Amino acid sequence: MINKSLKQLGAMLQGKEISSVELTQEFLNRIDRLNPEINAFITLDKEKTLSQAKHADSLLAAGKGTALTGLPIGQKDIFVAKGWRTTCGSKMLETFVGPYDADIIERFDGVGAVNLGKTNMDEFAMGSSNETSYFGKVQNPWDRSRVPGGSSGGSAAAVAARLCAAATGTDTGGSIRQPASLCGLSGLKPTYGLASRFGMIAFASSLDQSGPMAKSCEDMALMMNVITGFDKRDSTSLNREKEDYTRDLNKPLAGIKVGLPKEYFAEGLGADVAKVVNEAIAEYKKLGAEIVDISLPNTQLSIPVYYVLAPAEASSNLSRFDGVRYGHRAKEYGDLMDMYCKSRAEGFGAEVKRRILIGTYVLSAGYYDAYYLKAQQIRRLIAQDFENAFKQCDIIMGPTAPSTAFKAGEKADDPVAMYLQDIYTIAVNLAGLPGMSIPAGFAQSADGKRLPVGLQIIGNYFDEARMLNTGHAYQQVTDWHTQMPEGIE
Amino acid sequence: MSLNSADIKRIAHLARIEVSDTEAEATLSKLTGILGLIEQMQAVDTTGIVPMSHSQDVTQRLRDDVVTETNQRELFQSIAPAVKDGLYLVPKVIE
Repeated sequence: MINKSLKQLGAMLQGKEISSVELTQEFLNRIDRLNPEINAFITLDKEKTLSQAKHADSLLAAGKGTALTGLPIGQKDIFVAKGWRTTCGSKMLETFVGPYDADIIERFDGVGAVNLGKTNMDEFAMGSSNETSYFGKVQNPWDRSRVPGGSSGGSAAAVAARLCAAATGTDTGGSIRQPASLCGLSGLKPTYGLASRFGMIAFASSLDQSGPMAKSCEDMALMMNVITGFDKRDSTSLNREKEDYTRDLNKPLAGIKVGLPKEYFAEGLGADVAKVVNEAIAEYKKLGAEIVDISLPNTQLSIPVYYVLAPAEASSNLSRFDGVRYGHRAKEYGDLMDMYCKSRAEGFGAEVKRRILIGTYVLSAGYYDAYYLKAQQIRRLIAQDFENAFKQCDIIMGPTAPSTAFKAGEKADDPVAMYLQDIYTIAVNLAGLPGMSIPAGFAQSADGKRLPVGLQIIGNYFDEARMLNTGHAYQQVTDWHTQMPEGIE
Repeated sequence: MSLNSADIKRIAHLARIEVSDTEAEATLSKLTGILGLIEQMQAVDTTGIVPMSHSQDVTQRLRDDVVTETNQRELFQSIAPAVKDGLYLVPKVIE
Protein backbone atom coordinates (compact mmCIF):
# COMPACT_ATOMS: atom_id res chain seq x y z
CA MET A 1 0.00 0.00 0.00
CA ILE A 2 2.84 2.40 0.81
CA ASN A 3 3.86 2.57 -2.84
CA LYS A 4 0.43 3.59 -4.08
CA SER A 5 -0.04 6.99 -5.64
CA LEU A 6 -2.21 9.79 -4.26
CA LYS A 7 -4.63 8.98 -7.04
CA GLN A 8 -4.85 5.30 -6.02
CA LEU A 9 -5.03 6.02 -2.29
CA GLY A 10 -7.70 8.63 -2.95
CA ALA A 11 -9.77 6.03 -4.80
CA MET A 12 -9.40 3.61 -1.85
CA LEU A 13 -10.64 6.31 0.53
CA GLN A 14 -13.56 7.21 -1.70
CA GLY A 15 -14.42 3.52 -2.11
CA LYS A 16 -14.36 3.04 1.71
CA GLU A 17 -11.68 0.34 1.38
CA ILE A 18 -9.71 2.16 4.04
CA SER A 19 -10.31 5.16 6.29
CA SER A 20 -8.12 8.23 6.48
CA VAL A 21 -7.40 7.44 10.14
CA GLU A 22 -6.14 3.95 9.18
CA LEU A 23 -4.07 5.29 6.30
CA THR A 24 -2.62 8.11 8.39
CA GLN A 25 -1.81 5.72 11.24
CA GLU A 26 0.02 3.46 8.79
CA PHE A 27 2.28 6.34 7.75
CA LEU A 28 2.72 7.49 11.37
CA ASN A 29 3.84 3.95 12.27
CA ARG A 30 6.36 4.03 9.43
CA ILE A 31 7.63 7.39 10.65
CA ASP A 32 8.02 5.98 14.18
CA ARG A 33 10.08 3.14 12.78
CA LEU A 34 12.21 4.86 10.15
CA ASN A 35 12.40 8.56 11.03
CA PRO A 36 14.81 8.20 13.98
CA GLU A 37 17.49 7.34 11.39
CA ILE A 38 16.34 9.12 8.23
CA ASN A 39 15.41 12.32 10.13
CA ALA A 40 13.04 13.51 7.41
CA PHE A 41 10.61 15.10 9.89
CA ILE A 42 11.47 17.79 12.43
CA THR A 43 8.09 18.02 14.16
CA LEU A 44 5.23 15.55 14.52
CA ASP A 45 1.95 16.15 16.31
CA LYS A 46 0.01 12.90 16.13
CA GLU A 47 -2.98 14.29 17.97
CA LYS A 48 -3.44 17.12 15.46
CA THR A 49 -2.71 14.83 12.53
CA LEU A 50 -5.20 12.17 13.58
CA SER A 51 -7.89 14.71 14.36
CA GLN A 52 -7.51 16.01 10.79
CA ALA A 53 -7.82 12.41 9.56
CA LYS A 54 -11.03 11.96 11.58
CA HIS A 55 -12.39 15.16 10.08
CA ALA A 56 -11.49 13.88 6.60
CA ASP A 57 -13.33 10.62 7.31
CA SER A 58 -16.46 12.59 8.21
CA LEU A 59 -16.17 14.56 4.97
CA LEU A 60 -15.77 11.33 3.01
CA ALA A 61 -18.72 9.73 4.82
CA ALA A 62 -20.87 12.74 3.93
CA GLY A 63 -19.85 12.40 0.28
CA LYS A 64 -17.97 15.71 0.45
CA GLY A 65 -14.54 14.30 -0.33
CA THR A 66 -12.42 15.64 -3.21
CA ALA A 67 -9.21 14.33 -4.83
CA LEU A 68 -6.91 14.91 -1.83
CA THR A 69 -9.36 14.49 1.07
CA GLY A 70 -7.91 12.24 3.75
CA LEU A 71 -4.46 11.94 2.19
CA PRO A 72 -1.45 12.42 4.50
CA ILE A 73 0.94 15.10 3.19
CA GLY A 74 4.32 16.12 4.65
CA GLN A 75 4.66 19.90 4.94
CA LYS A 76 8.06 21.52 4.59
CA ASP A 77 8.92 23.26 7.85
CA ILE A 78 9.20 26.58 6.02
CA PHE A 79 5.40 26.95 6.03
CA VAL A 80 3.89 28.56 9.10
CA ALA A 81 1.04 26.42 10.44
CA LYS A 82 -1.23 27.51 13.27
CA GLY A 83 -0.42 25.72 16.50
CA TRP A 84 2.45 23.81 14.87
CA ARG A 85 6.07 24.44 15.77
CA THR A 86 7.59 26.00 12.64
CA THR A 87 11.41 26.14 12.71
CA CYS A 88 12.60 26.69 9.13
CA GLY A 89 15.45 24.36 10.12
CA SER A 90 16.92 27.03 12.41
CA LYS A 91 17.82 27.42 16.06
CA MET A 92 16.44 30.95 15.61
CA LEU A 93 12.92 29.47 15.45
CA GLU A 94 13.46 26.40 17.65
CA THR A 95 10.48 27.24 19.87
CA PHE A 96 8.40 29.26 17.39
CA VAL A 97 4.76 28.10 17.24
CA GLY A 98 2.86 29.39 14.23
CA PRO A 99 0.17 31.93 15.14
CA TYR A 100 -1.54 31.61 11.73
CA ASP A 101 -1.65 29.37 8.65
CA ALA A 102 0.36 29.85 5.47
CA ASP A 103 -1.75 30.02 2.31
CA ILE A 104 -0.59 26.54 1.24
CA ILE A 105 -1.52 25.07 4.65
CA GLU A 106 -4.98 26.68 4.42
CA ARG A 107 -5.44 25.26 0.95
CA PHE A 108 -4.54 21.68 1.93
CA ASP A 109 -6.68 21.96 5.10
CA GLY A 110 -9.48 23.36 2.96
CA VAL A 111 -9.68 20.20 0.82
CA GLY A 112 -9.46 17.93 3.87
CA ALA A 113 -5.89 16.74 3.34
CA VAL A 114 -4.00 15.61 6.45
CA ASN A 115 -0.87 17.42 7.67
CA LEU A 116 1.39 14.50 8.58
CA GLY A 117 4.18 16.62 10.05
CA LYS A 118 6.81 19.25 9.32
CA THR A 119 9.72 18.08 7.17
CA ASN A 120 13.39 18.79 7.66
CA MET A 121 15.22 21.31 5.49
CA ASP A 122 18.40 23.30 5.15
CA GLU A 123 18.36 26.26 7.55
CA PHE A 124 16.17 28.99 6.03
CA ALA A 125 16.27 26.92 2.80
CA MET A 126 19.94 27.82 2.26
CA GLY A 127 21.68 24.67 1.11
CA SER A 128 21.73 21.84 -1.40
CA SER A 129 22.33 18.89 0.92
CA ASN A 130 20.13 19.37 4.00
CA GLU A 131 23.33 19.48 6.07
CA THR A 132 22.78 23.04 7.31
CA SER A 133 19.64 22.11 9.30
CA TYR A 134 19.93 22.87 13.02
CA PHE A 135 17.90 19.68 13.55
CA GLY A 136 20.47 17.40 11.99
CA LYS A 137 21.18 16.06 8.55
CA VAL A 138 18.79 13.85 6.59
CA GLN A 139 19.70 10.48 5.12
CA ASN A 140 19.10 9.67 1.47
CA PRO A 141 16.93 6.51 1.54
CA TRP A 142 18.79 5.12 -1.51
CA ASP A 143 22.11 5.18 0.35
CA ARG A 144 22.02 6.29 3.96
CA SER A 145 25.59 7.63 3.81
CA ARG A 146 24.58 10.16 1.16
CA VAL A 147 22.69 13.45 1.26
CA PRO A 148 19.09 13.76 0.01
CA GLY A 149 19.84 17.12 -1.62
CA GLY A 150 18.32 20.36 -0.46
CA SER A 151 16.89 22.50 0.65
CA SER A 152 13.67 20.41 0.61
CA GLY A 153 15.71 17.34 1.64
CA GLY A 154 13.33 16.19 4.37
CA SER A 155 10.34 16.25 2.02
CA ALA A 156 12.31 14.35 -0.64
CA ALA A 157 13.57 11.69 1.79
CA ALA A 158 10.09 11.33 3.31
CA VAL A 159 8.49 10.62 -0.07
CA ALA A 160 11.38 8.36 -1.17
CA ALA A 161 11.18 6.31 2.05
CA ARG A 162 7.38 6.21 1.69
CA LEU A 163 6.88 8.00 5.01
CA CYS A 164 4.15 10.09 3.40
CA ALA A 165 2.07 9.91 0.25
CA ALA A 166 3.47 13.23 -1.00
CA ALA A 167 5.02 16.40 0.37
CA THR A 168 5.41 20.09 -0.28
CA GLY A 169 8.65 21.89 -1.03
CA THR A 170 9.95 25.32 -1.92
CA ASP A 171 12.42 26.17 -4.65
CA THR A 172 14.54 29.34 -4.73
CA GLY A 173 17.44 28.00 -6.83
CA GLY A 174 16.60 24.31 -7.23
CA SER A 175 15.41 23.30 -3.77
CA ILE A 176 12.51 21.17 -5.05
CA ARG A 177 14.09 19.81 -8.22
CA GLN A 178 17.59 18.87 -7.01
CA PRO A 179 16.41 16.80 -3.98
CA ALA A 180 13.71 15.23 -6.19
CA SER A 181 16.50 14.22 -8.58
CA LEU A 182 18.77 12.87 -5.83
CA CYS A 183 15.95 10.91 -4.13
CA GLY A 184 14.19 9.54 -7.23
CA LEU A 185 10.89 11.40 -7.15
CA SER A 186 8.94 13.99 -9.10
CA GLY A 187 9.10 17.65 -8.08
CA LEU A 188 7.74 20.80 -9.72
CA LYS A 189 8.53 24.47 -9.21
CA PRO A 190 5.65 26.48 -10.73
CA THR A 191 5.87 29.76 -12.63
CA TYR A 192 6.74 32.54 -10.18
CA GLY A 193 3.54 34.02 -8.78
CA LEU A 194 1.23 31.00 -9.27
CA ALA A 195 1.55 29.79 -5.67
CA SER A 196 1.18 32.24 -2.80
CA ARG A 197 4.20 33.02 -0.65
CA PHE A 198 1.99 34.07 2.29
CA GLY A 199 3.22 32.29 5.41
CA MET A 200 6.21 30.77 3.63
CA ILE A 201 9.21 32.05 5.57
CA ALA A 202 11.01 34.29 3.10
CA PHE A 203 14.51 33.56 1.76
CA ALA A 204 14.80 35.45 -1.57
CA SER A 205 11.36 36.87 -2.27
CA SER A 206 11.77 37.43 -6.03
CA LEU A 207 12.76 33.76 -6.53
CA ASP A 208 10.94 31.73 -3.83
CA GLN A 209 8.13 29.49 -5.03
CA SER A 210 6.41 26.48 -3.46
CA GLY A 211 5.43 23.32 -5.27
CA PRO A 212 4.60 19.61 -5.07
CA MET A 213 6.96 16.68 -4.44
CA ALA A 214 5.33 13.37 -5.21
CA LYS A 215 5.77 9.94 -6.78
CA SER A 216 4.30 10.82 -10.17
CA CYS A 217 3.31 13.67 -12.46
CA GLU A 218 -0.32 12.69 -12.13
CA ASP A 219 -0.08 13.18 -8.35
CA MET A 220 1.70 16.50 -8.84
CA ALA A 221 -1.13 17.67 -11.11
CA LEU A 222 -3.64 16.92 -8.33
CA MET A 223 -1.51 18.88 -5.86
CA MET A 224 -1.04 21.79 -8.28
CA ASN A 225 -4.83 22.11 -8.41
CA VAL A 226 -4.74 22.77 -4.66
CA ILE A 227 -1.52 24.81 -4.31
CA THR A 228 -2.05 27.40 -7.04
CA GLY A 229 -4.43 30.35 -7.06
CA PHE A 230 -4.60 34.05 -6.35
CA ASP A 231 -3.93 35.28 -2.82
CA LYS A 232 -4.35 38.95 -2.06
CA ARG A 233 -2.01 38.62 0.94
CA ASP A 234 0.98 38.06 -1.38
CA SER A 235 1.76 41.19 -3.42
CA THR A 236 3.39 39.09 -6.17
CA SER A 237 0.56 36.55 -6.44
CA LEU A 238 -0.83 36.51 -9.97
CA ASN A 239 -4.56 37.00 -10.42
CA ARG A 240 -5.31 34.39 -13.09
CA GLU A 241 -8.15 32.02 -13.69
CA LYS A 242 -7.83 28.66 -11.89
CA GLU A 243 -6.55 25.86 -14.11
CA ASP A 244 -7.10 22.11 -14.00
CA TYR A 245 -3.57 20.74 -14.25
CA THR A 246 -4.82 17.21 -14.96
CA ARG A 247 -6.56 18.31 -18.18
CA ASP A 248 -3.74 17.52 -20.60
CA LEU A 249 -2.15 14.54 -18.83
CA ASN A 250 -3.12 12.04 -21.51
CA LYS A 251 -2.43 14.10 -24.61
CA PRO A 252 -0.20 12.34 -27.14
CA LEU A 253 3.32 13.79 -27.36
CA ALA A 254 3.77 13.30 -31.11
CA GLY A 255 5.27 16.39 -32.69
CA ILE A 256 6.33 18.10 -29.45
CA LYS A 257 9.59 19.99 -29.94
CA VAL A 258 12.09 19.26 -27.18
CA GLY A 259 15.03 21.66 -26.92
CA LEU A 260 18.35 20.40 -25.56
CA PRO A 261 20.57 23.27 -24.36
CA LYS A 262 24.16 22.47 -25.29
CA GLU A 263 25.37 24.23 -22.13
CA TYR A 264 23.53 21.63 -19.99
CA PHE A 265 25.53 18.78 -21.54
CA ALA A 266 28.94 20.46 -21.42
CA GLU A 267 31.89 20.05 -19.05
CA GLY A 268 30.82 19.60 -15.45
CA LEU A 269 28.07 17.05 -16.14
CA GLY A 270 28.84 13.61 -14.74
CA ALA A 271 29.15 10.93 -17.45
CA ASP A 272 26.86 8.60 -15.49
CA VAL A 273 24.16 11.27 -15.30
CA ALA A 274 24.59 12.19 -18.99
CA LYS A 275 24.08 8.55 -20.00
CA VAL A 276 20.77 8.24 -18.14
CA VAL A 277 19.50 11.61 -19.39
CA ASN A 278 20.36 10.70 -22.98
CA GLU A 279 18.49 7.41 -22.63
CA ALA A 280 15.45 9.30 -21.37
CA ILE A 281 15.63 11.61 -24.37
CA ALA A 282 15.83 8.58 -26.66
CA GLU A 283 12.61 7.35 -25.01
CA TYR A 284 10.99 10.71 -25.79
CA LYS A 285 11.96 10.29 -29.44
CA LYS A 286 10.07 7.00 -29.41
CA LEU A 287 7.08 8.88 -28.03
CA GLY A 288 7.20 11.13 -31.07
CA ALA A 289 9.19 14.08 -29.77
CA GLU A 290 11.27 16.09 -32.21
CA ILE A 291 14.68 17.01 -30.77
CA VAL A 292 16.03 20.52 -31.35
CA ASP A 293 19.51 21.74 -30.40
CA ILE A 294 19.32 25.03 -28.56
CA SER A 295 21.66 27.31 -26.64
CA LEU A 296 21.29 29.14 -23.32
CA PRO A 297 24.57 31.06 -23.61
CA ASN A 298 24.44 32.78 -20.20
CA THR A 299 23.97 29.59 -18.15
CA GLN A 300 27.36 29.89 -16.42
CA LEU A 301 26.50 33.39 -15.25
CA SER A 302 23.38 32.24 -13.42
CA ILE A 303 25.41 31.14 -10.38
CA PRO A 304 27.23 34.45 -9.80
CA VAL A 305 24.01 36.38 -10.45
CA TYR A 306 22.10 34.18 -8.01
CA TYR A 307 24.76 34.54 -5.32
CA VAL A 308 24.34 38.30 -5.46
CA LEU A 309 20.55 38.52 -5.69
CA ALA A 310 19.56 35.73 -3.31
CA PRO A 311 21.89 36.77 -0.44
CA ALA A 312 20.95 40.44 -0.95
CA GLU A 313 17.26 39.63 -0.60
CA ALA A 314 17.98 37.21 2.25
CA SER A 315 19.98 39.78 4.22
CA SER A 316 16.98 42.08 4.06
CA ASN A 317 14.37 39.38 4.79
CA LEU A 318 16.30 37.92 7.71
CA SER A 319 16.73 41.30 9.39
CA ARG A 320 13.32 40.63 10.98
CA PHE A 321 14.96 38.12 13.32
CA ASP A 322 16.08 40.56 15.99
CA GLY A 323 15.20 38.76 19.21
CA VAL A 324 12.45 41.27 20.00
CA ARG A 325 9.11 40.05 18.67
CA TYR A 326 9.71 36.32 18.19
CA GLY A 327 12.54 33.88 17.75
CA HIS A 328 15.74 33.36 19.69
CA ARG A 329 17.01 35.96 22.16
CA ALA A 330 20.45 35.59 23.74
CA LYS A 331 20.44 34.93 27.48
CA GLU A 332 23.18 37.41 28.30
CA TYR A 333 23.58 40.81 26.69
CA GLY A 334 24.36 44.44 27.49
CA ASP A 335 22.61 47.15 25.51
CA LEU A 336 20.11 46.84 22.67
CA MET A 337 22.79 46.62 19.95
CA ASP A 338 24.53 43.87 21.90
CA MET A 339 21.22 42.02 22.22
CA TYR A 340 20.67 42.11 18.44
CA CYS A 341 24.23 41.03 17.64
CA LYS A 342 24.37 38.19 20.18
CA SER A 343 20.85 36.90 19.45
CA ARG A 344 21.59 36.72 15.73
CA ALA A 345 25.08 35.26 16.24
CA GLU A 346 23.59 32.46 18.36
CA GLY A 347 20.40 31.90 16.37
CA PHE A 348 21.83 31.61 12.85
CA GLY A 349 24.08 28.82 11.57
CA ALA A 350 27.30 29.32 9.58
CA GLU A 351 25.85 29.15 6.05
CA VAL A 352 23.00 31.53 6.86
CA LYS A 353 25.48 33.99 8.38
CA ARG A 354 27.70 33.76 5.30
CA ARG A 355 24.79 34.59 3.02
CA ILE A 356 23.64 37.48 5.21
CA LEU A 357 27.20 38.85 5.14
CA ILE A 358 27.46 38.50 1.35
CA GLY A 359 24.08 40.20 0.96
CA THR A 360 25.00 42.99 3.36
CA TYR A 361 28.27 43.54 1.52
CA VAL A 362 26.81 43.71 -2.01
CA LEU A 363 24.12 46.13 -0.82
CA SER A 364 26.50 48.32 1.20
CA ALA A 365 27.25 51.91 0.21
CA GLY A 366 29.32 52.21 -2.95
CA TYR A 367 28.85 48.61 -4.14
CA TYR A 368 25.20 48.59 -5.24
CA ASP A 369 25.86 49.30 -8.94
CA ALA A 370 28.79 46.91 -9.23
CA TYR A 371 26.92 43.98 -7.75
CA TYR A 372 23.17 44.23 -7.31
CA LEU A 373 22.38 46.31 -10.38
CA LYS A 374 24.84 44.38 -12.53
CA ALA A 375 23.27 41.09 -11.40
CA GLN A 376 19.79 42.34 -12.27
CA GLN A 377 21.00 43.31 -15.74
CA ILE A 378 22.49 39.88 -16.35
CA ARG A 379 19.30 38.36 -14.96
CA ARG A 380 17.51 39.92 -17.91
CA LEU A 381 20.04 38.37 -20.33
CA ILE A 382 19.39 34.98 -18.74
CA ALA A 383 15.60 35.41 -19.10
CA GLN A 384 16.10 36.46 -22.74
CA ASP A 385 18.08 33.26 -23.40
CA PHE A 386 14.95 31.29 -22.51
CA GLU A 387 12.69 33.61 -24.49
CA ASN A 388 14.81 32.96 -27.58
CA ALA A 389 14.97 29.21 -26.91
CA PHE A 390 11.19 28.92 -26.67
CA LYS A 391 10.91 30.31 -30.20
CA GLN A 392 12.54 27.07 -31.35
CA CYS A 393 10.98 24.50 -29.04
CA ASP A 394 7.95 23.76 -26.84
CA ILE A 395 9.82 22.39 -23.88
CA ILE A 396 13.44 22.18 -22.68
CA MET A 397 15.08 19.05 -21.28
CA GLY A 398 18.36 18.32 -19.59
CA PRO A 399 19.84 17.03 -16.35
CA THR A 400 18.49 18.40 -13.05
CA ALA A 401 21.79 18.12 -11.18
CA PRO A 402 25.34 17.52 -12.43
CA SER A 403 25.80 14.43 -10.22
CA THR A 404 23.90 11.81 -8.27
CA ALA A 405 23.63 12.10 -4.48
CA PHE A 406 27.03 12.81 -2.90
CA LYS A 407 28.35 11.61 0.44
CA ALA A 408 27.41 13.52 3.58
CA GLY A 409 30.29 15.83 4.46
CA GLU A 410 31.80 15.71 0.98
CA LYS A 411 30.99 19.31 0.08
CA ALA A 412 29.90 20.63 3.49
CA ASP A 413 33.08 22.66 3.96
CA ASP A 414 33.26 24.10 0.45
CA PRO A 415 30.39 26.52 -0.28
CA VAL A 416 31.45 27.15 -3.88
CA ALA A 417 31.43 23.40 -4.73
CA MET A 418 28.01 23.12 -3.07
CA TYR A 419 26.66 26.07 -5.06
CA LEU A 420 27.61 24.37 -8.35
CA GLN A 421 25.04 21.65 -7.56
CA ASP A 422 22.43 24.12 -8.79
CA ILE A 423 24.06 25.04 -12.11
CA TYR A 424 21.13 23.64 -14.17
CA THR A 425 18.31 24.78 -11.91
CA ILE A 426 19.08 28.37 -10.86
CA ALA A 427 18.50 30.07 -14.24
CA VAL A 428 14.88 28.85 -14.17
CA ASN A 429 14.26 30.73 -10.90
CA LEU A 430 16.00 33.85 -12.19
CA ALA A 431 13.74 33.83 -15.25
CA GLY A 432 10.66 32.96 -13.15
CA LEU A 433 9.89 29.94 -15.36
CA PRO A 434 8.39 26.61 -14.26
CA GLY A 435 10.82 23.68 -13.87
CA MET A 436 10.35 20.06 -12.97
CA SER A 437 12.43 16.98 -12.23
CA ILE A 438 11.28 13.41 -12.84
CA PRO A 439 13.08 10.10 -12.21
CA ALA A 440 14.86 8.97 -15.39
CA GLY A 441 16.82 5.96 -14.21
CA PHE A 442 19.76 5.01 -12.05
CA ALA A 443 23.53 5.32 -12.05
CA GLN A 444 25.93 3.01 -10.27
CA SER A 445 28.23 4.72 -7.79
CA ALA A 446 31.90 3.78 -7.35
CA ASP A 447 30.96 1.91 -4.17
CA GLY A 448 28.27 -0.06 -5.97
CA LYS A 449 25.18 1.86 -4.91
CA ARG A 450 22.22 2.34 -7.23
CA LEU A 451 21.44 6.06 -7.22
CA PRO A 452 18.54 7.89 -8.89
CA VAL A 453 19.05 10.39 -11.72
CA GLY A 454 16.55 13.14 -12.51
CA LEU A 455 15.53 14.54 -15.88
CA GLN A 456 14.75 18.25 -15.79
CA ILE A 457 11.85 19.55 -17.86
CA ILE A 458 11.58 23.33 -18.24
CA GLY A 459 8.45 24.92 -19.69
CA ASN A 460 7.48 28.37 -20.83
CA TYR A 461 5.54 30.62 -18.44
CA PHE A 462 2.24 29.02 -17.28
CA ASP A 463 2.94 25.86 -19.29
CA GLU A 464 2.75 23.50 -16.29
CA ALA A 465 -0.09 21.44 -17.79
CA ARG A 466 2.08 20.66 -20.82
CA MET A 467 5.08 19.84 -18.61
CA LEU A 468 2.98 17.45 -16.53
CA ASN A 469 1.66 15.89 -19.75
CA THR A 470 5.25 15.45 -20.95
CA GLY A 471 6.26 13.81 -17.68
CA HIS A 472 3.14 11.67 -17.41
CA ALA A 473 3.58 10.27 -20.93
CA TYR A 474 7.10 9.13 -19.96
CA GLN A 475 5.84 7.66 -16.68
CA GLN A 476 3.30 5.59 -18.67
CA VAL A 477 6.10 3.82 -20.55
CA THR A 478 8.77 3.64 -17.80
CA ASP A 479 8.71 2.47 -14.19
CA TRP A 480 11.60 4.46 -12.68
CA HIS A 481 9.13 6.51 -10.64
CA THR A 482 7.56 3.47 -8.95
CA GLN A 483 10.84 1.94 -7.76
CA MET A 484 11.55 2.01 -4.05
CA PRO A 485 14.84 2.03 -2.14
CA GLU A 486 15.83 -1.15 -0.30
CA GLY A 487 15.47 -1.43 3.45
CA ILE A 488 12.38 0.73 3.92
CA GLU A 489 9.80 -2.08 4.01
CA MET B 1 37.71 43.65 -3.98
CA SER B 2 39.94 41.67 -1.66
CA LEU B 3 38.64 41.70 1.87
CA ASN B 4 40.44 41.43 5.17
CA SER B 5 39.12 40.32 8.53
CA ALA B 6 38.52 43.94 9.60
CA ASP B 7 36.14 44.24 6.62
CA ILE B 8 34.36 41.09 7.78
CA LYS B 9 33.88 42.59 11.23
CA ARG B 10 32.56 45.82 9.71
CA ILE B 11 30.08 43.97 7.45
CA ALA B 12 29.04 41.74 10.35
CA HIS B 13 28.34 44.83 12.42
CA LEU B 14 26.16 46.24 9.63
CA ALA B 15 24.31 42.89 9.64
CA ARG B 16 24.04 42.96 13.44
CA ILE B 17 25.85 39.64 13.88
CA GLU B 18 28.57 39.33 16.51
CA VAL B 19 31.74 37.63 15.19
CA SER B 20 34.87 36.80 17.13
CA ASP B 21 38.33 37.35 15.61
CA THR B 22 38.68 33.60 14.97
CA GLU B 23 35.28 33.46 13.27
CA ALA B 24 36.16 36.50 11.15
CA GLU B 25 39.31 34.73 9.93
CA ALA B 26 37.41 31.53 9.08
CA THR B 27 34.64 33.48 7.36
CA LEU B 28 37.14 35.50 5.36
CA SER B 29 38.44 32.55 3.33
CA LYS B 30 34.93 31.27 2.54
CA LEU B 31 33.64 34.70 1.59
CA THR B 32 36.67 35.33 -0.61
CA GLY B 33 35.83 32.16 -2.55
CA ILE B 34 32.21 33.22 -3.00
CA LEU B 35 33.14 36.76 -4.04
CA GLY B 36 35.58 35.27 -6.56
CA LEU B 37 32.64 33.42 -8.07
CA ILE B 38 30.55 36.59 -8.15
CA GLU B 39 33.41 38.48 -9.84
CA GLN B 40 32.73 36.53 -13.10
CA MET B 41 29.90 39.01 -13.70
CA GLN B 42 32.28 41.88 -14.28
CA ALA B 43 33.41 40.43 -17.64
CA VAL B 44 29.94 40.97 -19.11
CA ASP B 45 29.12 44.19 -20.97
CA THR B 46 25.72 45.25 -19.64
CA THR B 47 25.60 48.74 -21.13
CA GLY B 48 22.02 49.75 -21.81
CA ILE B 49 20.39 46.61 -20.36
CA VAL B 50 17.37 47.39 -18.19
CA PRO B 51 17.74 45.66 -14.80
CA MET B 52 15.18 42.91 -14.20
CA SER B 53 13.74 43.03 -10.71
CA HIS B 54 10.82 40.75 -11.39
CA SER B 55 10.04 38.01 -13.89
CA GLN B 56 6.50 39.14 -14.66
CA ASP B 57 5.59 42.58 -15.88
CA VAL B 58 3.15 43.38 -13.09
CA THR B 59 2.37 46.47 -11.04
CA GLN B 60 1.58 46.79 -7.37
CA ARG B 61 -2.09 46.20 -6.60
CA LEU B 62 -3.99 48.82 -4.63
CA ARG B 63 -6.85 48.15 -2.25
CA ASP B 64 -9.45 50.33 -0.60
CA ASP B 65 -8.19 52.13 2.49
CA VAL B 66 -10.29 50.23 4.99
CA VAL B 67 -9.51 48.17 8.08
CA THR B 68 -9.07 44.51 7.08
CA GLU B 69 -7.20 43.02 10.02
CA THR B 70 -8.35 42.28 13.54
CA ASN B 71 -6.25 43.00 16.61
CA GLN B 72 -4.36 39.84 17.63
CA ARG B 73 -1.87 41.43 19.97
CA GLU B 74 -2.17 38.77 22.68
CA LEU B 75 -1.70 35.92 20.25
CA PHE B 76 1.30 37.51 18.55
CA GLN B 77 2.91 38.57 21.82
CA SER B 78 2.49 35.09 23.27
CA ILE B 79 5.52 34.01 21.21
CA ALA B 80 7.71 37.02 22.08
CA PRO B 81 10.84 36.58 24.22
CA ALA B 82 9.83 39.33 26.70
CA VAL B 83 6.64 41.42 27.00
CA LYS B 84 5.00 43.49 29.71
CA ASP B 85 1.63 45.27 29.68
CA GLY B 86 1.23 44.59 25.97
CA LEU B 87 4.65 46.03 25.11
CA TYR B 88 7.80 44.31 23.85
CA LEU B 89 10.66 44.61 26.32
CA VAL B 90 14.19 45.56 25.20
CA PRO B 91 17.19 47.00 27.06
CA LYS B 92 16.80 50.66 27.93
CA VAL B 93 17.69 52.92 24.98
CA ILE B 94 16.80 56.37 26.38
CA GLU B 95 18.37 57.60 29.61
